[in-house]
Formats: sequence, structure tokens, C-alpha cells
Amino acid sequence: MADLRFEIADHGLQYVGAARIEGPLVVVERVRDVGYDETVEITDAGGRTRLGRVLDISDTQAVVQVLEGTTGLSNAETRVRFLGESFRLPVSRRMLGRVFDGLGRPMDDGPPPVSADRRDINGLPINPHARRYPREFIQTGLSAIDGMNALVRGQKLPIFSGNGLPHDRLAAQIVRQATLLEETSEFAIVFAAMGVKHDVAQFFIRTFEDSGARVAMFLSLADAPSVERLMTPRAALTLAEHLAFDCGRHVLVLMTDMTNYCESLREVGTARGDIPGRKGYPGYLYSDLASLYERAGRIDDSPGSITQMAILTMPSDDISHPVPDLTGYITEGQIVLERDLAQRGIYPPIAGLPSLSRLMKDGVGEGYTRADHPALASQLFACYARVKQVRGLADVVGEEELSLLDRTYLEFGNAFEQRFLSQGEHENRSIEQTLDLGWDVLSMLPRDELHRLSDELLDTYYREPGEAKPDTGGDAQERAESDTESI
Amino acid sequence: MPPEIATTSARVARVSGPIVTAVGMRGAGMYEVVEVGELGLVGEVVRVIGDRATIQVYEDTTMLAPGVPVRRTGAPLSVSLGPGLIGNIYDGIERPLRAMQAHSGAWIVRGEKPPPLDTARRWTFEPRAALGQEVTEGQTIGEVPETQLVRHRILVPPGVGGKVTWIAEAGEHTIEERIAVLETSDGRRELTMVQRWPVRQARPIRRRLRIDEPLITGQRIIDTFFPLGKGGAAAIAGGFGTGKTITQHQLAKWSDAEVVVYIGCGERGNEMTDVLREFPELVDPRSGRPLMERTILIANTSNMPVAAREVSIYTGITLAEYYRDQGRNVAVFADSTSRWAEALRELAARLEEMPAEEGFPATLPTRLAQFYERGGAVTTLGGQRGWVSIVGAVSPPGGDFSEPVTQHTRRFIRCFWALDTELANARHYPSIHWLRSYSEYAEDVAAWWDKQAPEWAALRAEAMTVLQREERLQQIVKLVGPDVLPDTQRLILLAAEMLKNAFLAQSAFDEKDMCCLPVRQVALLRIVMTLYRRGREMIQAGAPLAELRGLPVVPEIMRAKSTYGNDEIDALREFESRVNEALDAFEKKYARQR
Repeated sequence: MADLRFEIADHGLQYVGAARIEGPLVVVERVRDVGYDETVEITDAGGRTRLGRVLDISDTQAVVQVLEGTTGLSNAETRVRFLGESFRLPVSRRMLGRVFDGLGRPMDDGPPPVSADRRDINGLPINPHARRYPREFIQTGLSAIDGMNALVRGQKLPIFSGNGLPHDRLAAQIVRQATLLEETSEFAIVFAAMGVKHDVAQFFIRTFEDSGARVAMFLSLADAPSVERLMTPRAALTLAEHLAFDCGRHVLVLMTDMTNYCESLREVGTARGDIPGRKGYPGYLYSDLASLYERAGRIDDSPGSITQMAILTMPSDDISHPVPDLTGYITEGQIVLERDLAQRGIYPPIAGLPSLSRLMKDGVGEGYTRADHPALASQLFACYARVKQVRGLADVVGEEELSLLDRTYLEFGNAFEQRFLSQGEHENRSIEQTLDLGWDVLSMLPRDELHRLSDELLDTYYREPGEAKPDTGGDAQERAESDTESI
Repeated sequence: MPPEIATTSARVARVSGPIVTAVGMRGAGMYEVVEVGELGLVGEVVRVIGDRATIQVYEDTTMLAPGVPVRRTGAPLSVSLGPGLIGNIYDGIERPLRAMQAHSGAWIVRGEKPPPLDTARRWTFEPRAALGQEVTEGQTIGEVPETQLVRHRILVPPGVGGKVTWIAEAGEHTIEERIAVLETSDGRRELTMVQRWPVRQARPIRRRLRIDEPLITGQRIIDTFFPLGKGGAAAIAGGFGTGKTITQHQLAKWSDAEVVVYIGCGERGNEMTDVLREFPELVDPRSGRPLMERTILIANTSNMPVAAREVSIYTGITLAEYYRDQGRNVAVFADSTSRWAEALRELAARLEEMPAEEGFPATLPTRLAQFYERGGAVTTLGGQRGWVSIVGAVSPPGGDFSEPVTQHTRRFIRCFWALDTELANARHYPSIHWLRSYSEYAEDVAAWWDKQAPEWAALRAEAMTVLQREERLQQIVKLVGPDVLPDTQRLILLAAEMLKNAFLAQSAFDEKDMCCLPVRQVALLRIVMTLYRRGREMIQAGAPLAELRGLPVVPEIMRAKSTYGNDEIDALREFESRVNEALDAFEKKYARQR
């Protein structure tokens, strides 16, 4: 284990002996001049040091949370030093391209980051009056996202996934392909891994290397002490804030896996004797998650932005589990992956209905993407919802018993999934291609069914069956017909 | 402000997150405000035992250490009330966020305490009381045009009254200047344009009035089906992604309140930014002025300190009561009361209180009741009519309405708008479910509607019947498909579909349809119900449903809501005649055939 390479002012008394050691907590008695949330250095009998922080401080005792596990600590031999400040991370733009552990210490062969600028990793809340509303459309090249759940710069949009679903591949594709429509500047990427396996981390590292992106990584992998994970996203976001708001970069923060983070929070909460809430998670889970997710956005007086994409695996695919549930209440929408789609071989298996981007309304349409975009997306949602109903009915009465209209909806549904949603892992569609594809599949339905589109839009884009596609020729149309036949 | 209480011995003994224990606090009162440490972090006493007091601190307590001094103020947490509130944005303890940004940039730093109201600004004061006049509490002694929309009445504070011995002449004054002097039974009392009031205490009124008018919200499903009484309380509940916030924004934009207090309590920062960006641009359809000229924002977002979130609700309602006391129709929107309840839970847990249901403190129902009961239609101390209507958003975990906050809230409100995930997934907004929502105000406001549109009650009842019958028919359709149903029953399916598309769904982004005034609501509903009523007769007489459905006016009815805006009522009436003519022709055709 690496030595502590933090430059922390060497002052404060060293206390010898701990009154109590319990799970990740060490209680030290008769301390003086110790502050709440102060950083602590704990040295065990063998001389190994670990970091911790103060969770509760009174006249008589300090409760210290040890961030690197309490294994091997003993009552008598433990020495504790209070470092006189809260947990801080030196930040500089040179940290892009480096790999750090969950507490911000280098894991590659490079030197420790040196900077006069050392930030409290808890950050400060952004004054709501100083926020700038996110509006700029980010093209991810994925139809399911760009067309129906568009991401904008400064948004926090998590991926709700399940074990075994291709969320990592999807996230990697987004990182590879994400571009801003009228700008050439590239995203700087900050990656925080919490409790993920080594090979998953390797996958991301390879992807980043291939794409040539500038990435700073904070890795607290599955075999690292679980408490360390509580600091990892905070360290990552502290650097992201520096890059975005001091250096003016557009930063994409990728955090995976938030479920592991919440498990660690529950572990510490339980050890501390917090009253457990739903599924044993502490009652402050919402506020704690908000303190991470709300560190996204844009502010006045800075050209930069932080766009957040957090990945979480829903335990047993349950979207009402506290972790996805509370996340959904804080983030600006969610991309939900669906097992059923994945099993039918559709990639990306982005669920049509429960996925949502709350900021889409202000980032698409005239002047952003194309005038027909908002109404088209709304119509696709409405028609796909009808498909789901018809499928339910077909399961009961059989497809043959369905009305002609309902059968057309089924055909539309299949085309929507096979052609609109589905695309290759390296297929990068422009927003125009995505929208045209949307009109392609919608044109399979009778014009009268499309209540959410104005006559003006229908006149421009809707194609009666058999009518050739106006600009790009009959290619897509032929495909559409052959698809229809095969259904 | 009361004089500072000299206590040199008060100091911090323990810090655990936002909860601080202090010793040497003998004599401190419950809910007294204190300033903790060198930074003077603002906190409130929430428990006193001997000389130990527990304090909940409204700011981050990082690096706060035992031994640092605690300063008592002797007063409970109070807000400043006066001209300058409207158009402003505050945090949970009435710190002006705009001024804070100007002072210290984009981040909220600790220990900052700028004055809530601009003390330098000069307001045009017009006296409304004469020298020598006897004035009583709540009486108007002057007026200030605060915005184009709101004339701010300067009131004699509650508990004060006497003879006016001096009053300022009409002219420009700052809020801190003396504007009147009263000779009261306790001696001379100088009045300024500002008064202070403790947030946890309801402002006094003369009496409560019966609720007999609706708060018109411009939202069809609400005004027509589940109306909120003016001075009433409603809750809007739904899981994430069902559109609570957008619906709340719609109400804050288009309701016919004179003053709107919007409390963003533990929600997203960007949502408040959205309001700040949008409201100054949007124009009130009734007065033609920007909506920001009647709006006050309280923003304590989810990442701001949790104790300030707890108090933000009270801050907001106190501001609302103050404008009510001026004889205004005020609406309070609180998004979300669940986050507020969670703040209560978090603080109670830190205080090691015994938890009740799901970890919430046993006082939760009492606290909810206290909040919602501060709304109402009243006669103010000054003898005017005033209203505070409250709409609280509830965010039940997992969208499950059986959880404690939803359940207890339902006990203290009379109007419940249930948002439905399936509707939201189909992008049917507002996703208020017509069969799971209710309003006990519907009967209270029926007389008002009767004067506006006599057919309102009948149309409403008829439409509701269609929607209820459709729900039952859908059970059958799910089993056997719609084709086996007779045409009369399939007409109900058609009518329900038209109700949903042409009436209930209302886009927040459709310029023409985002706000729907009462006349237009009734007209749109009447068109759909006419088609249904006349269609039923014809089908009973043998006309096929498919042909009725194929009439060219049917898709036109579906789009009528976004074709004819509030100022195109005449065109809408013309369209209605065309629908009737089309139906006449259809009827004749079948009369001839038979």
C-alpha cells in the first residue's frame, strides 16, 4: 500500500489508543480542538497509515470513520492524528490523463498531483440564482437517446440498468460519440468507479485509450475498502468542478456503479447506529445522493459545464428500489435498460417508455436540432405506448383476432425496435438521420392516428404508404417494406 | 431586533452534522435563533435540557469544533416582511440569493447574512391614514406600488394600534425609514415599511370564511374535474417522472392568484433556474404583465443544508400570509413536501428521537396539519377578504401512495391529484388520473361555475360517467378485444379516447393551450360531449360507429384545443356549429335511409 502522499500541514496532537473500534469506526477519547468532518490520520502498530474523518465530535470523544478499513487496528497500539482541516484534494488540469485511487492518490507511476489549489471534496452548494439553464443539445449518435431522450450539456442523466445488461458498452459508446452540435471542443472526461470489478475498469480504460479522450480516473475497485467509495465520487466531482468552472472545459463525469456507493453508505450508517429507512438504507440517502448529483450543471461567469452520467444497477431490475427511486427524484430523467429488449438481441436495449430526459424540451426543436423534433418524439412515445397495450391484448386473444389498425401498430412496434432503437455499437447516427428514421417508422401508421403532429409537419414529413422518401431515395423505404413482409 | 443577550459562557459541546449541542445555555427558549462559532452559523434551538441546548444549524458545520462560542439572539426565527419581496428569490431562511451571488459569486459560502430586503431602494409611499386617526392592527396606513401587478399595502403590525400622531407625506422612502408614529396604550410606537414575524407562528386573522370560489388554474382536468377552492389545500402526488414539477409550474404560471409563493424544497437546482429564466418572459393572460411581477421564490435545493429545508416551508407560508393580510388572493406551491418530511426525519434521527412509521417522527401528522391549516379563506385583521391556497407536491417512494407522507397528507387536504406512471409513460400530461383523483371542493364551487357556465356541472358529470364506464369496458377489451363489443359500447371507448386527447391532455409547451380559460374549457368539453350524446342517439337508430368515427370533424375535434386559443372563442363557437352541422347531415343521411 502506498504511503500517504498528501501534503497536509503537520500539526495537531497525536493521540495514542482508541477507546473502541467497531466496523469502520474508531472512537478516540479526551480529544481537544477537533472539528466536525476533520481529516484524520490513523497509524497502526505496524506503522501503516490510513485516512479517516470525524463523524461526531464532542467534549469527550471523537467518532472517526476509517476510510481504508479497520483491519489490523488494535485498541492500544492505534495512534490518531487530527490534521486540522477537512478532506481536501489538490486540483489541476494536469490531472487529466492520470489514474488515481478512490481517495485521489496516484495509482499510475506518475508523481502525486501538486497544486496550491486544494479543495474541500464536499464542495459548496451552487447558488440556484447563479445556475444557467442547460440548453445545448449533445449528440450521442444513438437514436434512442438523441431522438427521444435527448441529453443536454450540464444535465445529469443516469443509466438505470441491471446485472448482465450492456450498460458499460452503452456508456462507452456515449463517451466515444458524444459531440456538441456546433462546437469542436472535446469533452474532458472524469471517471469515478466505485466497487466495480477490475475487468470492467480495464474495459473503460481501453475504451478511453482508443477514443483518445482526455480522462482522469478515480478507481475504488471491488476489492478496495468499501468506505473509501464514499469519497471517490466527491473527489472526482471536485476535480470536475475545477476543470469546468475554473478552466472552462466541458466535462463529462461518468460514475459507476451508484448502487455500490449506496451499499457503502448503508454499511457506515449501520455501524454508526443510524435509524434504518427503506431496505435498511439511512434516512439521509436522498440528501446524500443529492449532494453528488447536484454537482452538475452550468453557472454564470464560466463557459464550462459538468454533464453527469451515473450508472446504477437496479437490484433484481426493480425500479422502485430506493437507489434508482431516489436517484430518479434528483436527476433530470433516466435512461432505463430493459432485459426483455436485450434478450431479443436489441442493442442498445433502451426501454421506450420509462426512459425520460427532463431537459430535452429546452434543448431540441427549432434552433437547436430540427423543428419537428419535439412533436415527433412525443408522437413516437404515444404510439409506442399503444403498441405495448396492443401486445398485451395480442397475448390474450392472439394476433389474428386484432383489428387491422392494431395489427398495423404491432408492425410499427417491431419496426420501431428493430430499426429505430437498434443500432450497431460503432454506428454513429446524426440527429437528421435519427429524425428521418423516426418519420420512416411513423409513416407506417395511418396519418389520422398521429394526433400529436400538426398538419404542417405531417405535410412536410409524413409519407403515405408507397410514397418514396423525398430526399435520400427509396433505400430506407425498401428496407421498411422488406421488414414489414418478414413480420 | 431584540437586544443581544449577553452570554459569555455559551459554547459548543458536540457536533454531529447539522445538530449541535451547546452548554451554558440556561434561559434559552425553544426555537430561539443562535449564531454558532466564529462564522456565526445560523441555528435554532430545538431542545433544552438544564443548561444544555440542542441546536439545528442551517449551514454546513464542517470543521466546527467543541468549545467555540454560541451567541444567542433572544428571538425566534423570523422573516422580514415589506416591499421588495416580490420578484425575489430566497433560500430557506430568507437570505436573498440574488444579493448573495452579487456579493460572493456562484457558490453559497457560509456565515453570510445579507439583509432580505433591499435597504437602499426608495419606494413611492402613499399615506392611507390621516393625522389623529385611530388605527387598529392589520389596518392599511399606506400603499407602495411594489410591481405593476401588486400594490403593496403597509399594515399596522398585529398587536399594535393607536392614534396616528405623525405620518409621512407621499414620497420616496426606504424600507427602514419611519413612515408613521402611533400613540399606543404602551406609549409611542414608530412604524417603518418592514415588520418581522416568527415563521413558525401563523399570522393572526379575524375569522375564517367558507370556501365558495375556485382558484382557476387554467388546467382543464383541474378546473373542470378536480377544482381547488380558493383558500383550499390540495396535494399532487406521483412517483418520479410523472410530471409533478411541470404541473406545479403550470399552476404557478396560470392560476389566477394575485401573488404566488413557489417553494422549491429539497428539489433540483435547475428547476428553480427554469422558473427564474421563464417567469420574467411569460405574460399573465389576465393582466398582460410578466409573471415574475407577482411571484416570490424560495429555493432550498436538495444539496443545500437540510435544516434550512425544514424551515423553508414555514418561511414561504409566512410570506404568503403577509400578502393575504393585505387582502390578496395568494397561492403557495410547495415542491416537495416529501423532501420536507425527510428533512424532519433526518433531523429527528440526529436528535435520537424515537421513530414512528418508516423512521418518520411521530409528530409528522401534526406538522403536516399545522402547515396545511395555515391556508384558508379569511377575513383579515384589517377587515378585508384574503386567501391562501396551498398546493403541496408529494413524492412517494416507488410511487406507492400507502406510505406515511401521502397517507397523512390526505387527511389534511380536500383535493387530491394522483399522477399516474402509465399516463406519464405515454406522455399524456398532465398525468393526473381521472379515476384516482378527487376534489371535495367541487360542490363548494358549483355555484360559482353555475354563474359562469350553467352547463358545467352537467357536462362534468356526464364526462365522468363516460370515463368510468370506459375503465370497466377496458377490462373486457383486455380479455376479448374491442371487436366483440356492440357499437354503443365502442362509442364509449371512442368518447373516452376523445376526452383524453381533446380535453384532458394539455401540453405545457403548446403556446395556445398551456393556459385554458374557463369559457374555453366548457366549450371544448361541450363539443366532445355533443358528439357523444348525438352519436349515441344515431347509433341506437342504426348508424354504424365506423362512419361516425370517419367524419372529417373528428380529427378536427382532437386538435381543436391547439387550434383555437383563449382569444379565439368566436372561432371555436363557429367550429362548434360546424360540428353540429356535420352531425345534422349525418343524422339526415340515416333518417333518409330508414
